[in-house]
Amino acid sequence: MPLPAPQPQVRVVTLKIDGQDVSAREDETIIEVARENRVPIPSLCYLEGLSVWGACRLCVVEIAGTDRLLAACSTRVTEGMQVITNSERLQRYRRTIVELLFAERNHVCSVCVSNGHCELQTLAQRCGVDHVKVPYRHARYEVDSSHDLFRLDHNRCVLCTRCVRVCDEIEGAHTWDVMGRGTDCRVITDLARPWGDSGSCTSCGKCVQVCPTGALVRHGTSVGEMTKDLKFLPYLSRRRHGQ
Amino acid sequence: MSANDRVSVATAWLDGCSGCHMSFLDMDERLIALADKIDIVYSPLVDAKELPEQVDVGIIEGSVSSEEDLHKAQLLRKHCRLLISLGDCAVNGNVPAMRNQFKLDAVFDRAYRENVSFQPQRPTQGVPALLERVRPVHGVVAVDVFVPGCPPSADAIWYVLSELIEGRIPDPSQVTKFGA
Ligand code: SF4
Ligand code: SF4
Ligand code: SF4
Repeated sequence: MPLPAPQPQVRVVTLKIDGQDVSAREDETIIEVARENRVPIPSLCYLEGLSVWGACRLCVVEIAGTDRLLAACSTRVTEGMQVITNSERLQRYRRTIVELLFAERNHVCSVCVSNGHCELQTLAQRCGVDHVKVPYRHARYEVDSSHDLFRLDHNRCVLCTRCVRVCDEIEGAHTWDVMGRGTDCRVITDLARPWGDSGSCTSCGKCVQVCPTGALVRHGTSVGEMTKDLKFLPYLSRRRHGQ
Repeated sequence: MSANDRVSVATAWLDGCSGCHMSFLDMDERLIALADKIDIVYSPLVDAKELPEQVDVGIIEGSVSSEEDLHKAQLLRKHCRLLISLGDCAVNGNVPAMRNQFKLDAVFDRAYRENVSFQPQRPTQGVPALLERVRPVHGVVAVDVFVPGCPPSADAIWYVLSELIEGRIPDPSQVTKFGA
């Protein structure tokens, strides 16, 4: 869901985040303003420089005057808004979301190439997820090693679609898509062909770098060796969008 | 607390590599300080063969993969006031639970037939029967404190035990995580 382009004359609004007075441009989202003011809001699918997706729900916040929880990444600030980012209820919901992600596919951090450099693993620790209360599914998922340079391991994928968005919006190749529903939902390359057969992939590696987990990695990496580098993104994103 | 005011501790080793117990020993000289405050009354690390009726703290390494694991987990739960899942195998199933993606028969065939050239056969005597699915300890008994990590560092174990000795409930996420 791309956000509409900023209006030519942008007003400044004031609001409260966790009781702290802050001011912001009215075209900013809650997560942007929170992070500018060093209020950490956890997120997984949100990535500065890519369009907003709003799927992982980790960034939900409470807003005075409404019972609905709203995703901080896809909600714009308004004048007088009062935002709570870290109530006990929110912490509980976030822990549940993280637990469900661990239970749905197969995450074995101790033998994962991304061990120690994984956003999901760090998120679990930050949210205080020291165990998963729901039963693990232990369903089998495929690994696609057909690409010359990279590997896709569906066992580790959290369906954040960062790969889909970066490939479409920044690289312009649109190799990735999402297919299927529920537990069958998965990311695919081209028309669900092996990644190595893809005619559209330029092998730029951007999807691998933005993937928050060990789902997209370089070949030849062993346990804990896969590190990611997101530095390219803000720069390329600005160039792409002519800012 | 036990009569002599020291905390009694029991440990058990289920389906794990013993790395968590090794990490416990890695506390090195801190073990001496610990010896003033705790009594290890039952453990693969000591000789005692009988679990006392009432133990303050039980520590379980490893996942629940066999009938014997299940029995030990239930035994510790029954006799320990507070139960700790130590390490990823106990906390989340870790590597032992990777076999859950396959039927148990397929696992046996892989281990004892397909890869064996001499007298391939499924062992039945003197070994505990495997459960169809590997589960974390809290999948079979209630657990009070979870210490993830593969293995949790000696520092993490020291922190958890020190907090418990001081009568506080530790928050292991401050010092360890899955895979740490
Ligand atoms: S992708 Fe992250 S959370 Fe999943 S197994 Fe690997 S390190 Fe752990
Ligand atoms: S390597 Fe580049 S072109 Fe290929 S799928 Fe990833 S982002 Fe798209
Ligand atoms: S492969 Fe990685 S970037 Fe793509 S959806 Fe899965 S977790 Fe997200």
